[in-house]
Amino acid sequence: MNNRRNLVEFKTLNKWYGDYHALKSIDLSIQQGEILVICGPSGSGKSTLIRCINQLERFDSGELNVLGQALPAKLRNPGKVGMVFQHFHLFPHLTVLENLTLAPIRTLKLSKSEAEALAMHYLERVHIAEQAHKYPIQLSGGQQQRVAIARSLCMKPELLLFDEPTSALDPEMINEVLDVMVELAEEGITMVCVTHEMGFAKKVADRVIFMDEGQIIESNDPTSLFESPQHPRTQAFLKQILSY
Amino acid sequence: MYIKIIKPVLSAVIQVSILAFAIGWVLDSGAQSMGYQWQWERVPDYIAFYEDGEWWPAELIEGLLVTIHISAISLIATLLIGLVTALLKNSNSVVGRCLASSYIELIRNTPLLVQIYLLYFVFGPVIGLDRFSTAVLALSLFQGAYTAEIFRSGLNSIDKGQFEAAQSLGLSNTFTYWDVILPQVLQRTLPPLTNEVISLIKNSSIVSVMAIFDLTTEARNIVSETAMPFEIWFSVAVIYLALTLSLSAIAVWLEHRLGAKWRTQ
Repeated sequence: MNNRRNLVEFKTLNKWYGDYHALKSIDLSIQQGEILVICGPSGSGKSTLIRCINQLERFDSGELNVLGQALPAKLRNPGKVGMVFQHFHLFPHLTVLENLTLAPIRTLKLSKSEAEALAMHYLERVHIAEQAHKYPIQLSGGQQQRVAIARSLCMKPELLLFDEPTSALDPEMINEVLDVMVELAEEGITMVCVTHEMGFAKKVADRVIFMDEGQIIESNDPTSLFESPQHPRTQAFLKQILSY
Repeated sequence: MYIKIIKPVLSAVIQVSILAFAIGWVLDSGAQSMGYQWQWERVPDYIAFYEDGEWWPAELIEGLLVTIHISAISLIATLLIGLVTALLKNSNSVVGRCLASSYIELIRNTPLLVQIYLLYFVFGPVIGLDRFSTAVLALSLFQGAYTAEIFRSGLNSIDKGQFEAAQSLGLSNTFTYWDVILPQVLQRTLPPLTNEVISLIKNSSIVSVMAIFDLTTEARNIVSETAMPFEIWFSVAVIYLALTLSLSAIAVWLEHRLGAKWRTQ
């Protein structure tokens, strides 16, 4: 896949929160079709890193190119970098179907019936079409997260960011969300996932990055990184999360 | 569903009736000892009269219509001023924030009557506003400052994630507010907004000082002609009460309508 274009390029990117150096000289490229998993302890800058990609965070120095545009910029095609959040952030006053059709109607200027057809298509893909007319509050956490994934897909994103998508879910609901993510990965969409689901990473990730204290410590294919980590901090972290 | 609307209204009516009966009894015995002559039979003439085979509104109803007219226009202006001020106060612009803060502090910390005199005697003539527009301006400026703070607390209560989700979907700022944020703000702030509408209607009685023929002005004129202050002021209070109570009922219904299906409670 070396001849594919880079969708995202970080060049010595730095970010501070006041005095706190949140991202330290990040260099990273993400290729089209790649499944990248980012793991690391909390406060290591994983979320900040992916939030820079869709401009939810600003950075202080360095360069960041996303889909051929140097950030910060007003995007030519808004919605092409989709994001799935830990706490779903569905719109509570809209039905599932309206959650999905809002952006295509407003941003892509689709008609209501076109947008609804599109929405039903993606609701079927996340196996939740029968809930289309319910409100988010009436769904379980796993169902809400699948709706959130479908909502992002409706904008036909070139790149999908996942910010700890299963961390707020009850254990029995994690798998239904991971199943959907695996299906997406197998269809070739470019994904960047902040997650500690190592099973998921092993199954679909092309590359896993370990971050600590705002730096990329180690980057490798999932089997190598999880089974024979090179850096002592990676070893310590993996030992900790595997101790139970 | 209708129980939810009827119950608070009914309970208010019952409580008010009991209170009114008690006060009425005290007043009646007091008035008798003063030698006050009750003339309730003359009151209907000031509400409506029958002439040439048709019913015509009399002074009190005409006054009520003026009150409703002023209040309705002021309400729209109030909501607009409130919303714009709240957005300015939350904005990134330093000038916008300063402007919004000074406006709110200026209005909240001076009496409405003084503001009305200032507008009526100073600013109104200077910028050439008629009496009615001056009244609307005074009321909506006054009420707008309070409404702005209500909208602002409503805006601040919305999860930041709602903005982030909307932005990630590529929604513009305008659509983010229009489709995502404001509907939720409206549902959450409806109870305090209802208070503002009610106090707007009540405060509209103060515009009588600038010779606008609203309900209060009409009542004062009738009283000075007929010398029956007890009957007229009681009737006026009941008319205001009927107006504001029906508004409360509408607000309860609206609150139910807006959030029944998706409210988290």
